[in-house]
Amino acid sequence: MTFDTTLIISQLFNGLVWGIVLGLLAMGLTIIFGMMGVINFAHGALYLVGAYSAYTSIMACTQWMGAATGSFWIALVAAPIAVGLIGMVVEFFLLRRMYEREIIYQFLLTFGLTLVIQELVTIIWGGMPRSFPTPDLLQGVVDLGFMLYPKYRLFVLILTPLIMLAVWLLLVKTRYGAIIRAGTEDRDMVNLLGINVRRVFTVVFSIGAAMAGLAGVLAGPIIGSIQPDLGNSVLLASFVVVVVGGLGSFTGAIAGAILVGLVKAVTSMLWAEASNAIVFALMAVVLVFMPQGLLGKR
Amino acid sequence: MLQVEAIHSYYGESYVVQGISMVLKEGEILTLLGRNGAGKTTTLRSIVGLKPPRRGKIVFMGREITRMKPFEVARLGIAMVPEERRIFSSLTVEENLKIGIQKGRVGRWTLESVQKLFPILRERRHHRGNQLSGGEQQILAIARALMGNPKFLILDEPSEGLAPLIIKLIAETIKSLSTEGMTILLVEQNVEMTLQIAHRHYVLDQGKIIYSDTNEGLKNNREIRDRYLSV
Ligand SMILES: Nc1ncnc2c1ncn2[C@@H]1O[C@H](COP(=O)(O)OP(=O)(O)OP(=O)(O)O)[C@@H](O)[C@H]1O
Ligand SMILES: [Mg+2]
Repeated sequence: MTFDTTLIISQLFNGLVWGIVLGLLAMGLTIIFGMMGVINFAHGALYLVGAYSAYTSIMACTQWMGAATGSFWIALVAAPIAVGLIGMVVEFFLLRRMYEREIIYQFLLTFGLTLVIQELVTIIWGGMPRSFPTPDLLQGVVDLGFMLYPKYRLFVLILTPLIMLAVWLLLVKTRYGAIIRAGTEDRDMVNLLGINVRRVFTVVFSIGAAMAGLAGVLAGPIIGSIQPDLGNSVLLASFVVVVVGGLGSFTGAIAGAILVGLVKAVTSMLWAEASNAIVFALMAVVLVFMPQGLLGKR
Repeated sequence: MLQVEAIHSYYGESYVVQGISMVLKEGEILTLLGRNGAGKTTTLRSIVGLKPPRRGKIVFMGREITRMKPFEVARLGIAMVPEERRIFSSLTVEENLKIGIQKGRVGRWTLESVQKLFPILRERRHHRGNQLSGGEQQILAIARALMGNPKFLILDEPSEGLAPLIIKLIAETIKSLSTEGMTILLVEQNVEMTLQIAHRHYVLDQGKIIYSDTNEGLKNNREIRDRYLSV
């Protein structure tokens, strides 16, 4: 294989990795939107918190346990849980009050949260970029036969689909998942069957938030350094993914994410300056030819 | 079992339930009859907590439930089969049934026993809610309500739009549930059907109960039937 094809393939792999991280975010957005009808503008901020809390947990662990190799793995579990708890608090104390009101209040609340969270992150961690370490175990590259590829990215490429699969199975195969889907259709009826739909909402929002947090942790070593405006571009990109994939469609979110990742990777090889704009062009093209998105219903 | 004491319910300014009182005894089948728009559905919605009354009181098995949330009311053992059936259309028949399960309420009704009562639900267990006929949806709605092992079952016009054969099946089911001790509140337009199975009747007009009688009494009262209950 020539040098060039290897480069192209590794770029495509990068696109896939990025796409799949976006997919995790988009899936969280989709669950929250599908069940609760809430468009969560705070999703990027939750991703941000995921990345920073993982960073802190890695630093703290490393300090306590010396150069502990396990610190990333602790962060990988702890940060999504922390973000999930934040999601729970946000839903329970704030978002809950907005359901009965006009949709603009939800926008204002979730958008306002983004600003508050971003500001808090700046106050706590400072505005300067912080370098996010790659876990020791996943340093270096693997020989795939046809090319060398960073171990960590390969790990993300394997782990993320497994997590998506787990969430999908939860939603499709379990009774709790059936309750969530039923709640999307008819809240009152679910209530009439003795189920506290409000509590289900809290859990759903928390799951979506945890997924954003997880995406933040996973993205950390890929982007290498984190800063307080990290969530903004990611929020925009995951909205594009959701629109391209089809609003409310699960498989659509994943397909859209992979497509966006790949298109971005290809453009960054051919015309790097346009790699961000092209994503929006893609969205426009999809919307012109398939107004419901790739896999949207109706 | 259930006492409804002078409840008043509104939709905004529109005064729909104007001081309704009822008493239900354990194991009996009571009907609420009346023309379109009389306020039957609203009365039911007030009982189950979907439309809490502005004034008045509702007591179930000695506990006041007037301001309880629908899920709390359901957990006490009150199940409602709503007028529109409200099957979850994207869920399978079996998933619809499983959602009816309440952890705290186990008893005679399980997935197996409702499938035995209505074999069609076993045959169609992998079909989605939106693939069912009206009759099948009604049967599923009743079965889903039973899955929570309620003590008190509320049915809002179960015979509406259904073929005579299915109406007969539903009437028989209601009758046999009641002989097993279930208390039933039945809202119907189909007076003939209720005369075959009910113990007592209330007739509602413009938000007020204007007549109440035993089954025999209503059977023999042509005047009420012609005036308030003819279609
Ligand atoms: N959501 C609502 N908002 C405003 N008014 C309503 C609403 N639901 C019902 N109403 C009005 O309240 C009155 C009583 O309605 P309700 O549904 O209780 O009657 P019903 O006796 O069940 O009638 P039907 O036999 O047609 O089901 C009607 O005049 C109806 O128009
Ligand atoms: Mg009605």
